[in-house]
Amino acid sequence: MKCADEFRSREITAPLVAEIHREAFRPVRLMEVCGTHTMAIFRHGIRSLLPDTVELLSGPGCPVCVTPAGHIDAFVSAVRRPEVIVATFGDLVRVPGSDGSLADARAAGARVEIVYSPMDALALAAREPERTVVFPAVGFETTAPTIAATILQAKRQGLDNFLVIPANKTMPRALEALLDDPQLQVDGLLCPGHVSAIIGAEAYRPLAERYHLACAVAGFEPADILAGLLSLVRQVNAARATVDNCYSRVVTAEGNLRAQQLMAAVFAPVDSEWRGLGAIPASGLALGEDFRRFDAMHVLDLPLSTARDPRGCRCGEILKGRLLPPDCPLYGGACTPLHPVGPCMVSGEGTCAAYHRYSDLKTSRRTAAAGQSTVRPYQGHP
Amino acid sequence: MSNEKSISLDHGSGGLASQNLIGDLFLKYLTSPQLRDLEDCAVLGEHEGRIAFTTDSYVVDPLFFPGGDIGALAVHGTINDLCMRGARPIALSLALIIEEGFPLAELERVIASVGRCSEAAGVAVVTGDTKVVPHGKADRLFINTAGIGMVSHRCEISGKRARPGDAVLVSGTLADHGITIMSSQAGIAIGGDIKSDTQPLHRLVGALLEDYNCQVHVLRDPTRGGLATTLCEIAASSRVRIAIDEDQLPIRPAVAAACEMIGLDPLYLANEGKCVLICDARAEGAILHLLRSLPEGRDAALIGRVEAGNDGRVSLTTRIGGSRLLEPLTGLPLPRIC
Repeated sequence: MKCADEFRSREITAPLVAEIHREAFRPVRLMEVCGTHTMAIFRHGIRSLLPDTVELLSGPGCPVCVTPAGHIDAFVSAVRRPEVIVATFGDLVRVPGSDGSLADARAAGARVEIVYSPMDALALAAREPERTVVFPAVGFETTAPTIAATILQAKRQGLDNFLVIPANKTMPRALEALLDDPQLQVDGLLCPGHVSAIIGAEAYRPLAERYHLACAVAGFEPADILAGLLSLVRQVNAARATVDNCYSRVVTAEGNLRAQQLMAAVFAPVDSEWRGLGAIPASGLALGEDFRRFDAMHVLDLPLSTARDPRGCRCGEILKGRLLPPDCPLYGGACTPLHPVGPCMVSGEGTCAAYHRYSDLKTSRRTAAAGQSTVRPYQGHP
Repeated sequence: MSNEKSISLDHGSGGLASQNLIGDLFLKYLTSPQLRDLEDCAVLGEHEGRIAFTTDSYVVDPLFFPGGDIGALAVHGTINDLCMRGARPIALSLALIIEEGFPLAELERVIASVGRCSEAAGVAVVTGDTKVVPHGKADRLFINTAGIGMVSHRCEISGKRARPGDAVLVSGTLADHGITIMSSQAGIAIGGDIKSDTQPLHRLVGALLEDYNCQVHVLRDPTRGGLATTLCEIAASSRVRIAIDEDQLPIRPAVAAACEMIGLDPLYLANEGKCVLICDARAEGAILHLLRSLPEGRDAALIGRVEAGNDGRVSLTTRIGGSRLLEPLTGLPLPRIC
């Protein structure tokens, strides 16, 4: 990890911070799209280092947060079948649907296994041929290629007890839908490093041009994020709207072609419901014709409910960057990391959880002092 | 029992099979005279001071992991809980709940480890109990240990005693145990550098209190919930603030790398052989020197300060000079998905 250490040293970050202070002479609103960026910004206390003129909004890039309640309900109804094991990424376990979470189902006796890779779920299916292993396929272009590879592997192995619930989403179309919202006033996008490694930096070019929006692709170390923010501030100052790849040690212009081929081979674009953003055309991934026999929704005949978001939950507006977590009436009271109501509080990458867990001193001071919250001021430490 | 390969319900019946198990296996590794007497309880000798009493249950999965096993944890964890109030550990109890079908060879490994650890620590297991439950009613093996210790020091050690200006130290590297268990559970192959830090701290604490009893205000072992949660508990009970410095936190590079890979924060991962120590700032240099001269404390570090303010706020200055608040852990630490 020596490599990462260098991007965390104050010798590298301090000049970037100083430069942002020099350049950000007027207010600028920037959105970090990716949940991992949100986490890293909090974890390293980056907000506390920025000048007051730079406002950071957290976008819809937390895969768990944008998974609608209807899909969570499908995961839960799958695991309630006696023959089914749901093998899932850990983040999903505590997300409440309209009728409880996977964790609730587990407490009631259902079998929920946490895996770190879809391949682990496939291995579980091979080990337990008498059970049906269902993998909830969530995530963006970051998880989709490995899920595609796993489905191809299942096909090669001839396993018929491995199924997925396709709920993957893709990024550029969702950003487009977000930017079409006239209420969203954003000067620049900090584009997600991991997604960009797959789809390539050029994928954002149409956004930059169509919306005249500054874009910077950034990695997840403090120096990466600061360099990305500096690039955005400079673009805004120069009234430029381009795609600056600040993560060129990982991200290329065209992305990972092999991963793109895998996705194209297994999945087909489909209209998809995003929590908080609504239905967005061609922003989800369904299984292609040849792979329908791996689709748990068909094979197990699972219902896809149109469950609504919990009452009072403002995750939708928080995902759009329109509200800050303390503006939600449930935040910190009815909705805490221990008893999450909305998905933004459950996932470690969720904006509300990040606010709650990693709140930085400046955020709490500023919001509380200004009393700008529409509902109740953020008290820092609840 | 030489023909048997696994635990049956008979072993918990209290009858002949139970007696054989105790005689052939438990007493082979646990050698205190009180235990050997097989009475209903142990009668301890006379000891000076106030009695400290604690209990803890151990359900770790996997039972065996790099650097230790459930038996070592059961001995060290309870010894350490006693030390954290300044008590000198005197005796331990050992109670087992075993799932029917559990391999005898694994039970023997665990009991041998309990025997080895208690002997090395000089704290005997003086009483015990074994129950067997039907297959599926427990997960392999659960252990409970209770411990008795004596407090004979003048000044009280308590989580309520942190004072503004005090120094905050840790006795060694952080997150070793937590990352070992999390990566074992995840089936991720880890390098030789990563192993549990399970160890007893009574010798370190004994040496410390010998010379610095009244300068040491708080001792706490940051087990579940990790350093961050422990500091939040102390700050809340003492009604102070605590500020720590990320640059000063001792974390092995391999542990830091594994945390990055799985997506976990080392400040929230368990330690099983470390303590947080809050002391009078005037003694911090001497105490740090003493800790580092002991094998259990060679990686000790001064990590922060206690500050005035009764809201229990714990803050971290990050390596790049930013600041953030540390909250107590909520729920289980779960890995992120991308």
